[in-house]
Amino acid sequence: MTASSKSNEKTKTDQARKKEALEEAKLIAQKMRRNILLMTHHAKGGHPGGCLSATDILAVLYKCFLRIDPQNPRWSGRDYFFLSKGHAVPAQYAVLIEMGFLSPEEIKDFREVEGRLPAYPSCTDTPGIDMASGSLGQGLSIANGTALAAKLDGTGQRAYVLLGDGELHEGQVWEAAMTAAHYKLNNVCAIVDYNKLQLDGALDEVKTLGDLRAKWEAFGWHTLEIDGHDYEQIYDALVEAERFKDGPTVIIAHTVKGKGVSFMEDEVGWHCAAPSDEELEIALKELS
Amino acid sequence: MLMAPREAYGQALVELGRENKDVVVLDADVAKASMTILFKEAFPERFFDIGIAESDLIGTGAGFALAGKIPFINAYANFLLGNGWDQIRISVCYANQNVKIIGHNIGASSGKDGPTHLPLEDITLTRVFPGMTVIEPADGIEVKKAVKALAKHVGPAYMRVGRVPIPVITKEEDEFQIGKANVLRQGQDVTIVACGVMVSKALEAAQALAAEGIEAEVINMHTIKPLDKEAILASVSKTQRVVTAEEHTVIGGLGGAVAEFLACTRPVPMRMIGSPDRFGVCGTYEQIHQVLGLTTEKIIEAVKDLMSS
Repeated sequence: MTASSKSNEKTKTDQARKKEALEEAKLIAQKMRRNILLMTHHAKGGHPGGCLSATDILAVLYKCFLRIDPQNPRWSGRDYFFLSKGHAVPAQYAVLIEMGFLSPEEIKDFREVEGRLPAYPSCTDTPGIDMASGSLGQGLSIANGTALAAKLDGTGQRAYVLLGDGELHEGQVWEAAMTAAHYKLNNVCAIVDYNKLQLDGALDEVKTLGDLRAKWEAFGWHTLEIDGHDYEQIYDALVEAERFKDGPTVIIAHTVKGKGVSFMEDEVGWHCAAPSDEELEIALKELS
Repeated sequence: MLMAPREAYGQALVELGRENKDVVVLDADVAKASMTILFKEAFPERFFDIGIAESDLIGTGAGFALAGKIPFINAYANFLLGNGWDQIRISVCYANQNVKIIGHNIGASSGKDGPTHLPLEDITLTRVFPGMTVIEPADGIEVKKAVKALAKHVGPAYMRVGRVPIPVITKEEDEFQIGKANVLRQGQDVTIVACGVMVSKALEAAQALAAEGIEAEVINMHTIKPLDKEAILASVSKTQRVVTAEEHTVIGGLGGAVAEFLACTRPVPMRMIGSPDRFGVCGTYEQIHQVLGLTTEKIIEAVKDLMSS
């Protein structure tokens, strides 16, 4: 076998492996969407819209990229993931269920006094959650801290952070963006869930982000732009973020708020609202 | 003898860095003022300047702690607490991260820089957090011991460090334990509970009062949270009177902590020496202390007032 045909073989296997992994990620995402709706319905509260926009990204990230161990959530060699837009935590609980960190029975505990699933991420309550959030803007700084520590020790660990688009109004995000670029943190990958809606309405009406790509580029970040519901694009962008060695990478993922449930898509009202019994029934039918 | 707490702090960090490879130091463009520059020179790979960005500084520190490091993070106390309070609340305290937050240029340290640069509220702003330890050493010797103790202590902590040289009143051999007050002088007439530079003034006041036949017990409450309640109770059971003294507002600081405790357990007549409900002024360290009433004379007055009431 020649070198080039060997390489072709390898590419083929890689392609096949990727295809298989992405098929699995799609199945995970479908289960996640159902659980997100069940959680917010049962709790009569939560933020389904911004969970559903981030679901496909989380499914690919957890299934194909994060080195984590459900048997040992505090494994010191793990990759880090921080949900900076903490209100989307049902999406993270849903993916943690699929990865074996949590049990599906726990969805009834979302926002309840008892149990391990508070309304916003809590690293002292929930296995698989690495940091508290719920006050927007704080996740990227945390990711930088873990990434700097990993570089200091030469461990090769990576830190991922999911940011909301409205969250980018917070000044701390841009403080942290400067820090990551200054220290050339090529082990940091930020993903912006750019669904273009926030609590008070359309992001562009509340306060526009202007040229978001130019902003990140000006801050010294390797900037990628993708369709945040296209599995190939999500996968390829995350590979590119791993490959890029000169500094941090941001993936601006164009998404649809409420993605996957017809009556929730692009509706600002679903930023913060729980589905009724009837709405749940319709949504679950759509997702079966 | 005088010693600037910040110099003691800078030296202690270097010693600590030598002993413990997990210690990292973060600063917000004030390394020369905070004296973390000594650590930077000794261990450049473990020093990180986050720039003039206190919120990001706190968060980055929390990330280091999550990854198993022992971060000492440094900035001027007023900016650190003003800009970083929410980050301390969520990323450090609620997340229970092992971050050592060091507030510099405390009280009147910044002198003629004036009100914007005079942190008189930072004890209040930190002691409200569940799980937070709050420390203000009495002098440079105690700063060094506190740095070592903080590195061993697991959990969020805040320490105040001053810039101006202040009297050294503790001894190398004195024990220092977080949460355990040191009784520096025995007395049966009145209890003076103080922290930071005010401990030296409390001792001066006690000496002057002794000449008039009033014996004051002086407690160095270097840990404001958790408060050494036993030490307070033991002393006021004997003296029935208490004066607190701090280089800080009287609202919610050391005096507030002592009052909250005694009001619910053993109410006794009390006076608080500290900044009244106002901002500081531009002036020398001593001038500001005069204006705010942070003086030995004020402590003496308060004691006499209590004795006569």
